Amino acid sequence: MTADRAPEGIAGWPPPALDPAGPFAGPLNVLAWVLFAMGAAVLLVVLVALGLAVFGPRRWRARLGGERLVWIGGLAFPVVVLSALLVYGLGLTSNLTQEPAPGEMRVRVTGEMWWWRVAYLDGQGREVLQDANEVHIPVGRPVVLELDSADVIHSLWIPRLSGKVDMIPGRRNLMRVQADAPGAYGGQCAEYCGGPHALMGLVVVAHAPAEFEAWRTRQSTAAVTATLASPGARVFAASGCGACHTVAGTAFNGLAGPDLSHVGSRRTLGAGILPNNHGTMAGWISDSQAIKPGNRMPAYPVLTGQELRDVSAWLESLK
Amino acid sequence: MTRWALLAAVLLAGCGESTYPPRTIAGADPAHGLAVIERVGCAACHAIPGVDWPRGRAGPSLDGFGVSPLIAGRLPNRPDVLTAWLLDPPSLAPGTAMPPSPLTEAEARDVAAYLYTLDDR
Repeated sequence: MTADRAPEGIAGWPPPALDPAGPFAGPLNVLAWVLFAMGAAVLLVVLVALGLAVFGPRRWRARLGGERLVWIGGLAFPVVVLSALLVYGLGLTSNLTQEPAPGEMRVRVTGEMWWWRVAYLDGQGREVLQDANEVHIPVGRPVVLELDSADVIHSLWIPRLSGKVDMIPGRRNLMRVQADAPGAYGGQCAEYCGGPHALMGLVVVAHAPAEFEAWRTRQSTAAVTATLASPGARVFAASGCGACHTVAGTAFNGLAGPDLSHVGSRRTLGAGILPNNHGTMAGWISDSQAIKPGNRMPAYPVLTGQELRDVSAWLESLK
Repeated sequence: MTRWALLAAVLLAGCGESTYPPRTIAGADPAHGLAVIERVGCAACHAIPGVDWPRGRAGPSLDGFGVSPLIAGRLPNRPDVLTAWLLDPPSLAPGTAMPPSPLTEAEARDVAAYLYTLDDR
């Protein structure tokens, strides 16, 4: 799959790591180039010294073979240069992992095999909104992502907004992101976590402030179609989907899989890997194992064509 | 030698000919059709030559679709029928699992044009 064909969630290949879109990705980009330039300069010096040691005049070769050069070039120079780079790098990135300041927006992202549980937190760290596989943020404001894992070690990477930060079971790691322009930014798991790790994508959606408030209001209320009257909802109930999935405003309150309260408004399905429409929803429900082998949702070969269309239409209506 | 070659040419002339007239759609763009297929995610249900991943199994593989006689095992595989099928399958075959796709008519024609390039012989 090439970058221009990649769905919105997956960051694509090569990952756009050198194309920062926010103030917390910028310093990392600078640091990457500084390290690359320093490495290139040192390599050049070493190659010139090597050339002189092999082909140079006798006087130069004697000097390069002396003990003094080992002390200076082999010890003093690396200690000074690497220490300076370390201090520079730590200074440049120190604000990325600081505790959230009062009033700063907080979102908890929990890595699961192989999707992302997302919860929006209030100032006290209490969950106010649940979602999955998408993080919505307002543009121009720093947002603290509080990273955790429910099973194995994952790592969150949104190349245009941040570096990689590991998600470790029982630990709370912090990552700050900010987007300067509205849009969708792909992310993915960057630490091999078994099975379909490569198909564990995330979308960060940055909205203009007013739009973000509208999104939050919509997200906070149950979708108007979350009723049990439609044939699709009856299929959902009869198939036991609610054992793993929650739909706000109904009795479906499973927690093992992604929250589906507003799944119809998501950009992707299967954790950032498929476009989201009636057809891909039906295909995912029918046989997600063909699409994302090993994921924890079973195939549903018991559903008829009509039932598949009904249940996927109902889910798509949950905006 | 020349005689034998001539004989072989005459004998082989009957082979490899299409059973069906070539299916083409005037003005449609197969390359754009493939881009649309990827945007819409048709491969979530179908294995489609030209799309590496996914290769869904909920619907039939479309390998060789360009030379297959039927759509969904029940409709004649003609350009006009295929375009109508892509836009609204349930209207032609109630009970199918394939829902209407988010396509414009022009996009559906491009997709159909791409599917008609799929010849597995």
